[in-house]
Amino acid sequence: MAVAPPSDPLSGTSLKADFPLLSRTVHGKRIVYLDSAATSQKPDQVLAAMDLYYRNFNANVHRGVYAIAEEATNAIEAAREGVRRFINARSTAEIIFTKNATESLNLVIQSWGRANLSDGDVVVLTHMEHHANIVPWHMLAAEKNLELRWIPLTDDGQLDLTDLDSILVGAKALGATAMSNVLGAFNPVRELTDAARAAGAISIIDGCQSVPHSTTDVQAMGADFLAFSGHKMLGPTGIGVLWGREELLDAMPPFLGGGEMIRDVRLDGFTCNELPWKFEAGTPAIAEIIGLGAAVEYLEALGMDNVRAHERALTEYTLSSFSERFGDDISIHGPADSSLRGGVFSFSFKDLHPHDLSQVLDQHAVCVRAGHHCAKPLMKLLGVGATARASVYIYNDTSDIDSLGDALEQAGAFFAF
Amino acid sequence: MPGLEDLYREIILDHYRNPRNRGELETPPAHRVEGFNPLCGDEIVVYVDLDDAGVVTDIRIGGQGCSISQSSASMMSAAVKGKTTEEVAELTRAFKAMMSIHESSLEGSEAEAAEQEALANVKLGDLEALRGVVKFPVRIKCATLAWNTLAQGIEESNA
Ligand SMILES: Cc1ncc(COP(=O)(O)O)c(C=O)c1O
Repeated sequence: MAVAPPSDPLSGTSLKADFPLLSRTVHGKRIVYLDSAATSQKPDQVLAAMDLYYRNFNANVHRGVYAIAEEATNAIEAAREGVRRFINARSTAEIIFTKNATESLNLVIQSWGRANLSDGDVVVLTHMEHHANIVPWHMLAAEKNLELRWIPLTDDGQLDLTDLDSILVGAKALGATAMSNVLGAFNPVRELTDAARAAGAISIIDGCQSVPHSTTDVQAMGADFLAFSGHKMLGPTGIGVLWGREELLDAMPPFLGGGEMIRDVRLDGFTCNELPWKFEAGTPAIAEIIGLGAAVEYLEALGMDNVRAHERALTEYTLSSFSERFGDDISIHGPADSSLRGGVFSFSFKDLHPHDLSQVLDQHAVCVRAGHHCAKPLMKLLGVGATARASVYIYNDTSDIDSLGDALEQAGAFFAF
Repeated sequence: MPGLEDLYREIILDHYRNPRNRGELETPPAHRVEGFNPLCGDEIVVYVDLDDAGVVTDIRIGGQGCSISQSSASMMSAAVKGKTTEEVAELTRAFKAMMSIHESSLEGSEAEAAEQEALANVKLGDLEALRGVVKFPVRIKCATLAWNTLAQGIEESNA
């Protein structure tokens, strides 16, 4: 077996105990949850915060003068401040709560895109984008006759930036994921945003996979917009974040109309509320915002550098122990160097179809995803219809990876032809 | 809980390893139709050749997929060859009836009950091996993919 990775600041602290779901069994076995890239498990702290809201101060926000309405309002605004701090934004005016990253991206693409793009304009995306950062662009492109260009990939699953400057010539916007949900690759965001700015393009970063797993500093990132989802970072589903530079958000038209986002409504029109509420029409996901606030506090207490170091150690362990154990029977997509990637492993094992593989793994209570991971253009580039994908988070440890390895062995034996 | 043996019966694995009627047919005269399983990204291509009397004179299967979708396609190709489109339609209904989770006909009419009984008498042969798929609901779409694709192909070539 591979030697233990050098420095894992979280090893020895068993975080599993904080996650009630991880103590359950499936098919009579302890669950081995390796699908955090799809959604993370939730710690007691998050569940308790949401429960407390419903039990103690459940009220609608912003318009009540009574005590619990004020408590609810304070709680969501405190969560907004927590998120601001977590990503080092300049102001809470820049933190917009949405339903998820998909809605955050649609908000920018529809609101900023409609106001700023016109016939023949160029938008640059990468070949490793999630459908959430492709389909809304296709929708707008069809309407506005935009040209979409794609940054290609290298053979080992990183962005190929050789021709970046020429790809960006004339571009108005760049959309790129900070970390691939298939390849695990971390992209050089600063290099991308610098190149975009030099070309006169704004940059929209999909932080869905990077924000939960590494330190985020939107000011150092040099981006104009960042989208991410609460449910992949220990928070509940139904809550996402759009961060944007205040000047841009200020100038943008509203996205959804309704209550909360207005300052005044008359028979002949309306005026918008100020940021961030201008983009938050209707009653927000109050409990979920509070849950996200608790998730952010939990992650801050661990320290995001420690989170990254833990996952990097686990990545090294996974890559080395699997190559030792399975040799050429396993092939893991994406960069081999753990400094360039996070703990997301899309792999093929022998010639087993991912669906069959994950079915056998399920019998061993090992949860991995099988499919195209909402990245069909990337699947096509990789020459596969689907992959199996295992992904780790703070609560995983080397025993989970070993369990995956054991289950893979069983799957190989079951389908041995 | 159902075990893997309920799902992966030996005959299924045999069709997976040695798929029958793999390949392509010239179009026309054959008709080509593609099917997708959005769940797992599987793609199937069915080439079907019908004569004037509506008999499936030849069929070929292309594409890629898991053992369940591939073996179901393979068994289907063997089962429908030489059959009339009416017979294929009946077999398809019987197969899909086997694949549906029966909600013991709550207030089903007598006609429906009779239909169910008639379908239960259709000989499925090897296809019976796929019965266990019902215990794994997420895989039902894998098993029915080829059948839906063939039905679409027949419909299109009759149009
Ligand atoms: C890179 C990336 N972008 C966007 C999304 C979409 O996230 P959500 O479904 O929470 O909107 C995901 C989640 O699967 C993702 O991994």
